[in-house]
Amino acid sequence: MANTVGIVGYGSYIPRYRLKVEDIAKANRADGKAIISSLGVYEKSVPNYNEDTITIATEAARNAVEYAGIDPKEIGAIYVGSESHPYAVKPSAVTVGEAIGAAPWFTAADLEFACKAGTAGIQACIGLVAADIIKYGMSIGADTAQSKPGDALEYTASAGGAAYIIGRAEPIAVFEKNLTVSYTTDTPDFWRRERSRYPEHGGRFTGSEAYFKHVINAARRMMELLGRRPDDYDYLVLHMPNCKFPLRASKILGFKLEQIRPSLEVVKNIGNTYSGSSLLGLARVLDGFAEPGDHILMVSYGSGAGSDAFSLEVTDKIEEKRGRTKRVDDYIQDKIYIDYVTYLNHTGVIIK
Amino acid sequence: MDFSPSREWREINARYRLESSMCERCGRIYYPPRDLCPVCRRKSIGAMKTITLPRRGEIVTYSVIHAAPLKGFEGRTPYIVAIVDLGGVRIQTLLTDCEPDEIEIGDEVEAVFRRIREDGERGVIHYGTIFRPVRMPKTSVHAH
Ligand SMILES: [Zn+2]
Repeated sequence: MANTVGIVGYGSYIPRYRLKVEDIAKANRADGKAIISSLGVYEKSVPNYNEDTITIATEAARNAVEYAGIDPKEIGAIYVGSESHPYAVKPSAVTVGEAIGAAPWFTAADLEFACKAGTAGIQACIGLVAADIIKYGMSIGADTAQSKPGDALEYTASAGGAAYIIGRAEPIAVFEKNLTVSYTTDTPDFWRRERSRYPEHGGRFTGSEAYFKHVINAARRMMELLGRRPDDYDYLVLHMPNCKFPLRASKILGFKLEQIRPSLEVVKNIGNTYSGSSLLGLARVLDGFAEPGDHILMVSYGSGAGSDAFSLEVTDKIEEKRGRTKRVDDYIQDKIYIDYVTYLNHTGVIIK
Repeated sequence: MDFSPSREWREINARYRLESSMCERCGRIYYPPRDLCPVCRRKSIGAMKTITLPRRGEIVTYSVIHAAPLKGFEGRTPYIVAIVDLGGVRIQTLLTDCEPDEIEIGDEVEAVFRRIREDGERGVIHYGTIFRPVRMPKTSVHAH
């Protein structure tokens, strides 16, 4: 284990405001109860007007540094994965690096791959750490997901993020055999062109050809490489565009409800945080469920399309570091409900 | 030529990370940081030490601004300007994530990183540290 790369710290952030799915349905003259039962999402997090991907990433990154208990100057790489970077040109990662005190000796870049850019950043960090080029690398998945008023995405597109510090020293969980697996194809299920404000999606692609094909292939290959079966794992974390997709994928893979349930509470309570989704799901499992020796399978998904899989073994360091920062549930519970009109104001559709 | 950090850059350290300067001669702390202590003047040369203010504190006083005299705050009223005490150091800040009728003097606040203003739709976005009330969650996670 000494030579293994792992997670040395992580942190989360979720904005305080919430919009109930029922209220969105009301505004769209739709049947709220039917939508809730079909998506399994009850409410979503909404950013304040002064929040964006950079501010969310910074809060998560600060929590991660506190949890890891390291000097931020030792972080040699910062990647911010998002599909809602505030600037078209000017990296989010530089502001995050300055704000947490990592500057100036670090490499930085913004990554884009729909909802899986944050896990792509983790892969880059694993490589840099394993090659001994950097001591610690940080990857953040954060979004303030955009949706056209009235579009089906509006029910779930939310805001939040999580940051992970990758390194060798005192990991709370290690990447088994330093492995990560990706399954990637050119699939036009969801996109946003340069000057469009909101994304578009190709209805027929969002199901079996996109999410399920990529998630399931990546998960199966990971288990194959490690000689594992679903019941060798204690927890499963998948990308959560809603509650239904990950639940169905877990059944197809042969996992039980108890294995995926802890992470699903995230999407039920705050919606789909896009690049933050699977990373917040993993954070909730690490916060209050995972014990030393436990195994966790995590698979992200990004439209376009691809999935990254990671197999983690939890170490006894988790007991020492746990509780140093706010947990996902602290943020989930700290909420203020707003109505639909205030929501449009927060997200800049209207200024009151 | 010696590298001389611009005012903007010094402000970044203060705005992003709550860095301030302490005069080691008299113990006074300045936020935003200063090169010289205005009390000790020349005697403080070489004695100004950079320290980071605590990220939690309490509201000393506040006022609610209904008109929006500041550029970039149009349509965001009312907003709240407060003096907060951070471990004995008092700074002026904006309060966010709350309504004026929800706060009281003495309430605990925590630092959050936010957009402060932007130079129009095409200009630079300025980020910085402001504060929000620490809330004790009353509700629990949905047990659906
Ligand atoms: Zn002095």
